[in-house]
Order: sequence, then C-alpha cells, then structure tokens
Amino acid sequence: MKLAVNFLTIGLVILSLPCGSYTEIPPKPPGSVTVLPPVKPAGGPQAFPDAENSNLPVFTMDYARIQVPFEVTLWVLLASFAKIGFHVYHKITFWVPESCLLISIGLIVGAIMHSVHEEPPAVLSYNVFFLFMLPPIVLESGYFMPTRPFFENVGTVLWFAVVGTLWNSIGIGMSLYAVCQIEAFEVQDINLQENMLFAAIISAVDPVAVLSVFEDVSVNEQLYIVVFGECLFNDAVTVVLYNMFIFVADMPVVEPVDVFLGVARFFVVGLGGMGFGVIFGFVASFTTRFTSNVREIEPLFIFMYSYLAYLVAELFSISSIMAIVTCALTMKYYVEENVSQRSCTTIRHVVKMLGTISETLIFFFLGVVTITTEHEWNWGYIMFTLLLALVWRGLGVLVLTQIINPFRTIPFNFKDQFILGYGGLRGAISFALVFTLPDSIGRKKLFVTTTICMIMFTVFIQGISIRPLIEFINVRRTNRNLETINVEIHSRLIEHTIAGVEDLCGQWSHYYWKDKFLKFNNRILRKILIRDNRAESSIVALYKKLELQNAMEILDTVSGDINAGSSIVSLQYEKKSSGKPKRKFVAADLMNMHDILSKNMYKIRQRTTAYTTKHSLPNDSRTKEILIRRHTSIRRSLRPGSFNGPVWNTRTYSTSQKYRHTYSFKGFTLFFTILYITVSPATQPHTITPPPPCFMVGTTHVEIIRSPTLRLTKHGGWNRKSQTWTHQTKGQISTGLMSIARVFWPKQVSSSYWCPLVVVSLQQFDHEGLVHTVSSEHLMLRCVR
Amino acid sequence: MGSTNSTLSKIPNVEELMQETGFTPAHIVRLYDRFEALDKEKTGHLRPQDFGAINRLAMNPIGDRIIGAFFSPGQETVDFHSFVRILAHFRPADKKRPKDPSMPEPVNSRTSKLKYPPLVFSLISVAFQLYDQDKDGKISRAELLQVLRSMLEMQVTEEQLESIADRTIQEADLDKDDAISFEEFRKSLEKVNIDHKMSIRFLR
Repeated sequence: MKLAVNFLTIGLVILSLPCGSYTEIPPKPPGSVTVLPPVKPAGGPQAFPDAENSNLPVFTMDYARIQVPFEVTLWVLLASFAKIGFHVYHKITFWVPESCLLISIGLIVGAIMHSVHEEPPAVLSYNVFFLFMLPPIVLESGYFMPTRPFFENVGTVLWFAVVGTLWNSIGIGMSLYAVCQIEAFEVQDINLQENMLFAAIISAVDPVAVLSVFEDVSVNEQLYIVVFGECLFNDAVTVVLYNMFIFVADMPVVEPVDVFLGVARFFVVGLGGMGFGVIFGFVASFTTRFTSNVREIEPLFIFMYSYLAYLVAELFSISSIMAIVTCALTMKYYVEENVSQRSCTTIRHVVKMLGTISETLIFFFLGVVTITTEHEWNWGYIMFTLLLALVWRGLGVLVLTQIINPFRTIPFNFKDQFILGYGGLRGAISFALVFTLPDSIGRKKLFVTTTICMIMFTVFIQGISIRPLIEFINVRRTNRNLETINVEIHSRLIEHTIAGVEDLCGQWSHYYWKDKFLKFNNRILRKILIRDNRAESSIVALYKKLELQNAMEILDTVSGDINAGSSIVSLQYEKKSSGKPKRKFVAADLMNMHDILSKNMYKIRQRTTAYTTKHSLPNDSRTKEILIRRHTSIRRSLRPGSFNGPVWNTRTYSTSQKYRHTYSFKGFTLFFTILYITVSPATQPHTITPPPPCFMVGTTHVEIIRSPTLRLTKHGGWNRKSQTWTHQTKGQISTGLMSIARVFWPKQVSSSYWCPLVVVSLQQFDHEGLVHTVSSEHLMLRCVR
Repeated sequence: MGSTNSTLSKIPNVEELMQETGFTPAHIVRLYDRFEALDKEKTGHLRPQDFGAINRLAMNPIGDRIIGAFFSPGQETVDFHSFVRILAHFRPADKKRPKDPSMPEPVNSRTSKLKYPPLVFSLISVAFQLYDQDKDGKISRAELLQVLRSMLEMQVTEEQLESIADRTIQEADLDKDDAISFEEFRKSLEKVNIDHKMSIRFLR
C-alpha cells in the first residue's frame, strides 16, 4: 500500500515537473510538453490557414489553457497523498508530528525538482502566502477557539503576545548585533537596524507550527489557551516591528519621534485589527438573520465576511490575523444560532478542511523551497541565532510569568513554564516575511538561510521532543498504579462535587465585566443579531429526533428485553437474600469493572485536556448524554423490583422565569421524568390519531404531540420516618386528571404553575390493530422553555 | 474598594466569619453577591429550589445531593453564614499561613479533613454525607448503588452495577458488616491527595 502511494507520488511529481511557477503564466506552446507522449499537435483553432488539406482533428490538447488550475490541483493532491501515506503506519504520526513528515516529503520533492532544474511554484511568496495560504488556517484557529477559557485568560494572552514578542525581538536583535561585532564571523556589515529587523521576523511564534504540534499533545487547558492565543495575537507586534524596521533600515538616523510613532502605530494596528474584526463579525451575524430562505448559501457568508475582514485589514496594513480571528470569534456565537443545523455542520467541516489543506501545503512547500533557494551559510551567525532565540525565549517566559502569576487565578508552575518556553516554534510566516525582504539588504541570503535553519530546528527537534518531554515530566507527578475501584468511584464523586460547588459559586474570575457584557448582550445584541421565533428550527428538530430514538429504546425495554448493552462481565446472578455469600472477584472481573467505570461514568467537564483535537470536530454530545441519562432513569424504573426509593431526580426551576419560545441546547434543562402515571382509559389526556392501516402487529408508533398546557400541583413534605423528601404531584391536562406519584422534588411546597409541554406518547399495537396506550403509564413530560 | 466596605458592612458578624473560615474580604463580598443573586426573593435565606436554578448544577449527577449537603437535617433554609462556612471546606489548604497555636485551627486543614467530629464538618465527611443520605453513619449497599446509578450511563446493566457495588464494599469493609463506615471510607482515601482534588482554586 505504501509502495503504491509512493509510486503515485513520484508519478505525480514527474507529471508536474514541466509546470513552472504559476504566478506568472508563461505562454508555452503546447509542443513543449515533453514528457507526455506526442500527440497531434493541433491545439485549438488554428491561427493561420493551413496550406495543406488537413482533416478534422480528432484528438487535440491544449495545455496552456488549463495550466494554472491543473498545477494547483496536482500539488494539492500530492500533498494530500503524502498525508494519507503517513497515516498508514500509525506509530509514526504518534511520535513525529505531521508537520515534520510533510516537510520531509517536501524536501524530497524539492530535491527532485532541483536536480531537474525546475523552479517550484512560488507558494511562499509574499502575496500568495499572505493572501491565500494563511487566511484559512487562521480562520480555523479563530473559529474553533474555546471562547470561555480564552476570555478568562485574555490578560495573560495579551501580555505574552505583546510584551513577550517585544522582549524577544529586542533581546535577540541586540545580542545578534553584539555577536556581529566579533570579527571571526565575518558578519560585521550587518548593522543594527538590519539585525533588529531580522530579530523581529524570527522572534514571533508561529500559529501554524505551534497548533499542529500542540493539538497532538494534550496539555492542560490553561496552557493550551495561552500558547494558542499568544501565537495568534503576536501578529500585531510583528507587523509593526517589521514595517518599522524596514522603514528605518533605509534611513540613516533614527529619531526618538520614530519610536514614539512606532508605539502609536502599534495601537492602531492592534486595536484596528480587532475593531475591523468585530465590525465584520456583527455585519455577518446581521446578514444571517435574514437568510432563512436561502439556506444553501448560508455558509458562504461566513467565509466571505471573514475573508473580507482579512483583506480590508491588509489594505490598511493593520494586523489582518487579528482581524480575522476576532471576526470569527464574534461571528460564531450569533451565526450558529441563526443558521440551520446543516449549514452549521457545513461551515465547520469546510473551515476545518480549508485549514488543513492550507497547513499541509505550507509545510510541504517549506520543504520544497528549502532545497531550491540559494543559501549562504555562516556557522557563527546561524548557531548564535538558534542559541539566542532559545535563551531569550526561556528568559522571557520566566520573567513574564513571575510578573503575571499573582494576577492569575491558576498560576503557572515550572512545568507549565517550561512547556510554554519550549513550545515557541517558528514557522512559515517568518519564512514568508524574510523571503520578501527588499534586496537592498545586503545579507538577505544569509537571513533566509538562518530563518530556514531556525524553522527546521524548532519544528523538528522541538516538535518531536515535546511529547516525550511532557510525558516524562508528567510521569513523575501522577501515580500510575491501578487504583482500587473504591478510589475510582470516590474520586469521581469528589470531582462531581467540586464541579457542582464551582457552579454553585459561579465563575467569577472576570465576573464584573462578563456580567456587564452578558447584560448588554442579552438586551441589545441578541435582539438585533439573532432571528426570533425559531420554533421549528433545527435544534427542536434535532431534539425531536433524539426523543424518537430514545422513545424507541424505551419501548424495547418495556417489551421485556432488559439488557440493551452487552454484558461484559459474566457473573452469576445472586439471588438477593439476607445471607449473601461473598463473591470472589478474579482479576479479569476487576479489569472489566475498571473498564466499565472508565467508559461509562458520566463525563464531567474536562479540566485538563486540550479542547479540540486536530482531527475531529468538537462535539455537542454532552447534552445528548443528559438526555440519555434521563431515559435510563425511566428504563430502570420499569424493571420490577428495582425501584428503591427516590432515586430519580427532577429539576425544577423558579417559576418566575419567563418562558420564551426560543430553544437552545444549553437552555434546555427542564426535564421531568414521570414514573407512574395512571390514566384511566376513559379520559385520554390528549387526542391520539388512529394509526395508519399499514402498521403491523407488534410495531410501535411514536408521536410527539404538542399538548396544551399542563397544570401541576405539588404537595410535598419531609417524611420523618424515612428522612427524605417526598411529595405528590397532580397534573391536569385539558380533560381528565392525572395523578403523578413519586417524583422527587427537594422542596416542600404547595404551588402550581403552568408550563407548556411536549408530550411523547408511545403506543403499541396488538393483534387487533387496536391502539394500546401501554406507555401512557410511562409518559415523558418535558417542559420547554 | 469602596463597594467592598459598604457591602461588608451589610453583613452581620463579618469579622468572626472571616476569621473562622479564612476568606478574604474580597471573597466574602463575592460570595455575598452570589448569595444575593441566588436569593431571588430577597428573604436572606436560600431554599433548595434557589439552588435548583443553577443550570449546570442541575446537570450534575449528584447535584441534588450537593444541594442537600447545604441543609442540615430538619433545616429548610440556609443563611449566608452557613453558606460561607460550608464553602470554606473547599478552599485550598493555605500552607503559607503561619501556625498560630492560639488560634483555633482553620476549618479546612488536613487534620480536620481526617477527624470525624460529629459536629464540625470536615471535607471527607462532606463526601461521606453525599453517600449517606439516611445519616446512619454507614454507607450501605443500597446507598452505594444509588450513587453508582446516578453516575453511570445507560450501558451498564443492573448486574454489573451490583457487582461493582459488591466489590467496592469488599475492598473497603474491614469489619465485615457489609457497609462502609466513616473510618473505612477515610482509610480507603488515604493515598489520594485530597487537597489537590477537592480544592477550588479561585476560592483561595
């Protein structure tokens, strides 16, 4: 398989060899296609009349016409094949990050091209890179950025991005200038401005490289978000420094005014970028408010608006990366409420796809151009650059963390700092910037070589070693022994308790501003940007679908089949008697138990792992889990004799909250589970339509009926004998009275309120085709808000 | 912060509370704001349904037990002082505070997590109470099963649950009475770093 892939790649390479750079389209006559078998050379309409009597050409070929798109497609395919090839052998991708593998393949291809004296397509030229290759990646990062941790850590992120990058550039620049003074290295002609310019280019941590490495390695959430945010937001500083030093390199003398202007420019660049992003984000959200009738092109708006934000920022030479990231952040929240479920999925998939393609291509071409550019090697300069970059980054992280730790709720320990410093990878952005330095800078080739070395060093050596290092550091902390079942259960209980108490106290790190923003959001923004009255929108449809599925499963249980899941542990079922003999547990049973526990225990919020993995989309399965758990409770109640007192918990909320017909996953928390509802056959609570005649015996028919309001009256109290809360609930739906027993409500109250309901009724057909509302006993009533 | 002082003055016996629990004034103010936000009817007491309004707590499998832990038996409301006292159990143990032998030991030190004084809450005792709903001082098999049911998802059958419960009791039960007493509970959690797991950082 791998051999076949290799053959294919070589074949594609050879095919694409004659293709030159595609930024210029040299008019090649069709006859110059030397590799392909010679065909009748008539290409297109003849410009001159034939002297001879030529026949109608049966088979023509016009390469020049399709050349550019053809080459683009081939290169993309080639890079993607390489990616497929890696995953054939799993172990490689575990230890070596994909970026390294892609660069290696790029190196090979570059070597082939170099030997045939062909020029590679200029993918990493300034315009192509910054206008086409970079936006998809940054859009993907911005779109999938976990917003809550980001806003909680925004101070740290900006601190590291701005101050950290400044520290790095100035430090590296000055030290390199000092190094240049040493005569032995023969680089005395590089003056201070050029050194600073170079330092500004290579000191910025690169989002592409960092993200591709960090998403394979799971670090804790705080660390991830700081590294993530830093590499995205340092673009503002890089842009300013780069422009400033380019401008200054031409001038003989630097005045203090220029430094001051530089600072002012920084604010313009940074805040301008964010401002543009937010504006475009709002405009995009506003547009999607009206797209309910053109669902097919909804995803288009997302892409167009973010790209527009990027381009407009580039127009004004302000930080385009920040613009597109803030646009994506702003847009995501409102747009996902406005668009249909399908559009939402489409958007996510396409964003991910574009980002992955871009990233693949960038790394691939990094490898290619490494071989094909002209190099100038200087041992001293290059080695010192590498060394200084590491040293300054390490120092920078240490110092900055010390300053900001007191302000953080969760301070960084040394292990975190190490990863933070070590994870400062450089990548293609530096290369693109250095590649387009003006030629007035004498030592441009040296800079290019040094940058490439820097990139290779960080991506290969740091990228490969970061995972073993993290594991090594971790191993010393955690206890790897298999814990007892006791500990596992109790620890999980404790974790739930902690999560519960945290929710109880509310998240208050930036409580004041967050609160204000949320109020503003709810009052003004949501009204403008989100379409109202989405009663029949995708989310409700999804819930209906989920309900149906779960209702079906419940019916299966009712008809007698209790074991839905496969029973892994084959234990003998012991009769519950007073004197139970002790069971012996074999090691295999224990392993199974651990297995069951780890797989099935309800997953609380992950506190220590990274949020999105590179190769999958974030999932919304949590709320579905809730749904499933609720139904489990119903199912367990149906088993005879398994009812052991008030286990089932219902949640009830203050009735003073208004009910609105807007649904959202997160708002959906009211969920009654009613155990036994006796309905006398004479009084059907709602009209059930007769089944269509095609239903067969034993099949089930599930309906979701929107019932009129249900009025519930609860009486409850503290049962002294059993020391629990018990209560009784009576419900009334239109005609007829239902008595609902044994619902656990932790309060003693006598109150009643109205709430709109969706009633799921489950009916089964007997051999006469009659409808038995067998599960009217097991009605699930759900309050919607 | 002017607002801190004005809020602090609204709370009776604030000094005593701060000393007993070790919270800083800023924390007390935040807790007070939270208390007021939950207490929608402004009665000065919280009832169980006020806690129920917290969405994420509702999704927690043992959410209602946590709520129940705030209410001592027989009590139906909790006031601000008890609220703060119970939350003080979850603060990280402050190693830097100098040991003042004359001061009574703060509520959440390690030893208080290990003792079982019947009147003073300790951290493990909080966890124990989450299991032991009928408050007889032992976790019986049935109670364990209840908790397991609420924590596990639907793929687990009743038999598997029972075998897990049996195993749990077997491991922990030293005096063979088929239930886990508080001492046995504490012993089984000896090796676990309670501080690390049960402390909530922002309450520092």
